[in-house]
Order: sequence, then structure tokens, then C-alpha cells
Amino acid sequence: MERAESRAVISGVGRSPIGRRLGIDPWVLTADAALAAIADAGLTPDDIDGVSTYPGAFWSTPGITGAGVDDVRAMLGLRLRWHSGGGETAGQLGSVVNAVLAVAAGFATHVLCFRTVWESTAQQGFGSRSATLLDGGGTADRPVRFGRELAQWTTPFGIGYPCHAALDMRRRMELAGATREQFAQVALVSRSNAARTETAVYREPLTLQAYLDARMISDPVCMFDCDVPVDGSVAFVVSRAASVPDPARAVTFEGLGSASGFDEAAAMMWSRTDLKPVDVDVAQVYDGFTVYAIRWLEALGFCGPYEGTDFVDGGTRIAPGGELPLNTGGGQLSGGRMHGYGGLLEACLQLRGEAGAHQLDSGPQVAVVTSGAEQFTSSLLLGAPR
Amino acid sequence: MTADPMTDAPPDGSALVVEAFERVAPPLTERTAAFWTSGADGVLRIARCHGCGRYLHPPRPVCPACRGRDVGFAPVSGRGTVWSWTLNRYGWVPSMPPPYVVADVELVEQPGLRLLTNVVDCSPEELRVGLPVKVCFSRAGEAYIPLFRPEAGDGAG
Ligand SMILES: [Zn+2]
Repeated sequence: MERAESRAVISGVGRSPIGRRLGIDPWVLTADAALAAIADAGLTPDDIDGVSTYPGAFWSTPGITGAGVDDVRAMLGLRLRWHSGGGETAGQLGSVVNAVLAVAAGFATHVLCFRTVWESTAQQGFGSRSATLLDGGGTADRPVRFGRELAQWTTPFGIGYPCHAALDMRRRMELAGATREQFAQVALVSRSNAARTETAVYREPLTLQAYLDARMISDPVCMFDCDVPVDGSVAFVVSRAASVPDPARAVTFEGLGSASGFDEAAAMMWSRTDLKPVDVDVAQVYDGFTVYAIRWLEALGFCGPYEGTDFVDGGTRIAPGGELPLNTGGGQLSGGRMHGYGGLLEACLQLRGEAGAHQLDSGPQVAVVTSGAEQFTSSLLLGAPR
Repeated sequence: MTADPMTDAPPDGSALVVEAFERVAPPLTERTAAFWTSGADGVLRIARCHGCGRYLHPPRPVCPACRGRDVGFAPVSGRGTVWSWTLNRYGWVPSMPPPYVVADVELVEQPGLRLLTNVVDCSPEELRVGLPVKVCFSRAGEAYIPLFRPEAGDGAG
């Protein structure tokens, strides 16, 4: 049977303004990105017969979701044969994996995938970053109730998301000799990439000393180990390969991994392709925290377990021109937390040779993109248009 | 699930710590109340499969190893080691002033049996991966929140 990956392509990409405290209606951001992606694909909204998103409309921490499937259907006047939104996907990009499956199964021909956040404005509006970052969430007037079952295991102990990353970092530092200077390389390379990326959020230079001196959130996680909440929307059109108006700009799927877990998702992806880690020209890995990026590099097989910090040591290997250019648009650390959609957008631009001032000279042909962490993970291997 | 009748360890008042702040109380549900109220007699109890003996945390009504349905709560020693730790400096919960130590503690009863918790009565300088710790409890509403402190400092190590 023909693999799902070879039946679908990314035919169009789009983005809204992405930034801090934009104060723009998230439906407006969504419309900006969606219409741009549809036009980029050479299609019109009348061609769209599927919509897929993460996580869609539901009660949540403020700003984590800006529009749902039905908001977009109604707003753009779409006639849908297939639609899907939810938070328990294979990472945030599980929504794109789902679109590929829908297209491959013949349930839809052109699926609009989108991710909209307005966390930056929401945190301002609700007056508290902690309210939006506690597991289980809440709002300023109901700060620490139990939004979901899971929160009871963290809230009585005052545990926020960064504490989990800190536990991973600390264990690596004590057992494997990892250093803050090594974790810093992920943040520093991202920032220097952001400096060349017009659309990135934080572009001013970041020095190692500034990283080392930075305010601790949950020691050893400092401010610069955490990605930055933003407002914005990114959208893609996933199309049936045989139905794209302009195949010369269509990014291909070489392998998809939807398994639960960093290692499992990456292994599944590699099991579905003949390509190997050595074939990857550029990597956009999920960097909600610097240690997540390290973890993904290990899972993807670029180095062994607990070797990720040595892999990025000094920064040259993961910088443009290095063996494995990493998060070339600034990642989420400096480009803004678009929850995997930002990494996929950057990968598509690099593979199409349209990344502008930060386009890699090497002309990348194969990119890997990952999203999520822990149990909710996905890994996507992409190819340049052919 | 029902709590097993107490089989050992007389009530131990020294296991209760009094803190200068109020923790957020977890909801006591049929699934988890026996865990959260276990510390009332100073003993930590963990969900355990009666079929194969495996401990599971958080509590679930099916054993993931043997799929047995006979899961209850069994007393454990309360001893463990620090799997990892962090000195949290951010105020995630309005009533809980930082800094405080968040840790993942691995109980001695079973490899990989870990509890997210706080380590108290311990300076960050003394903390390290592998540090032996022992359970203590802090009241929050009807719940007894299991915390840990260095075993040596407990006088019981
Ligand atoms: Zn069992």
C-alpha cells in the first residue's frame, strides 16, 4: 500500500503578524494566516474541504487557543468534508499529521491547518503569568483550581511547567556533567538566528554572560531557557499531492512519527523512510525549554542519550554553516511560542529557498521538525519541492 | 478502591510539619482520596495491584502491568531518594512564597516509582541527586500533602 506520506504535500503556508502584546482579535490573526496560506497554495477558500487545528476551542488557560474549527468554518464560509481539533494529538503538529491521514484516506483534498495563540495579550489582560503557566491553569480570579485531573499532582506543591524542565536539566548536570554554558548554546544560537529573521520577536544580541546572569525561574532553568509567549497565527494547506496547482513549491512528507514519547515518535518517523539522520540538512526541534531541544536531538539520533549537551557544546555544530543548523528562524526561544507551527513554517521556507535574509546557503533538501514533549509528541521529516 | 486496613506503624506525630503558608488542597475523589488522606496516621500509602504486587502512582483503577482490577492502597516505608530537584524561584501559587525546592522522589519500594513533591528542612547546598529522604506531611484542607526531608535530619535514618 502506498504510504500516506507520499499522497500528501504542504501546498501553502501563511502567517499573521506574530509578536508581543499585539492586542489583535485572535480571529483576525487566524484569518490573516489562513487566507495567506490558501492564497500561497494557489487556491481559494472554496477549494478547502478540510480543517485541522490544535487544540481548538475549549476552556483553557487564557490565550492558549485563539480559534476553533467551527470559528474558522463559519468565518471563511467553508464547506467541510472533514474536520478535527483537539489537544490530545501527537504534539501540536499532530494536527498536521491528522490532515495528512485525512487526505491520504480520501476524506479531503485540501485541508487548512492552523494554530492561533494570544498568550501575550491574555497574560497582560489577566494580569498574571503564573495563572497561565500553572499546570491545569486557571484565571486571575480563579487562579489555582483544578482545570484537569493532572493538576492535583502539581498544584499542592507549587509546581509550574518550568519545574519539570528544571528537573531534567539538574539530573543531566549532576549525572552527565552537563553545564549551563552548554544549555545556553541553544538559546544563543536561536537568538543569533533571530537577529537575521525579520519576523522574530527577540532580535537583540544575547551574550553567554547575560544568559549566565539571567533571573532564575526554577534553578537551573533561567529566563532564557524558556520560550516566549506571543500572539499570532500560522497556517498551512495540506493537499492531495496529485491536486496541487503548483507542485514546484510543494513541500513533501518523507516520514511521519506520531508515537507517544520523544524516542518513540522519532523512531517511528525513521521507520517510515530510507533517509537517515545524516541526510538531514536542517532541524527545527521543539524548544519550549532549551532542554527539550537537547532531548529531541538525542531522540532523533543525532547523538546518544544524555549526549545532547555535548553535541551543542560551543554552538558551531548547530549554527548556520554547521553540521546541523538548528531552529534557523530563532525557534520558540527567540521567535515566539507558536507551538511547533513556527518550526514547520521555517522548515517549509528553508526547503522552498524562501527564508530571505536567514536562508541557509546550503540549500537544504531535507528538514526535520518536531513538536511537543513527554507523552504528546510528533516528528516530521520533510523534503524540498521536486 | 478502598484503603487497606492499617497494618503497621503507630500514629507518628513527628511526620506532620506545620508551614507558614497555606497549600492549595487537592480535590478528594474516589480515585485519589485514600492517597491524599493517608498521612493522617503518619504513613504514606501508594496504590498497589493485589494481583502482581506492582505499585502505581498516580492511582489508577487498573494495573498497567498485569491489567488486574484489584488495586488498593498499601503502606510504604516513606523512604526514597531524590531523582532530581530544582530550586523554584517563581510564585506559581499565590499562597506559596518562593523559593522552595521541588523534587522528584523515587521510593525505595520499586524502581521508577516516583512522586513529584517538595523537599523541606534542607538547604539547597545539601541537595543532590540520590539524597536519601523520608516522607513527612503538611495539612491542606482535608488532605495530608506528602513532602520529604533528608533522612538523616529526621533522626530515623
Ligand atoms: Zn498487576
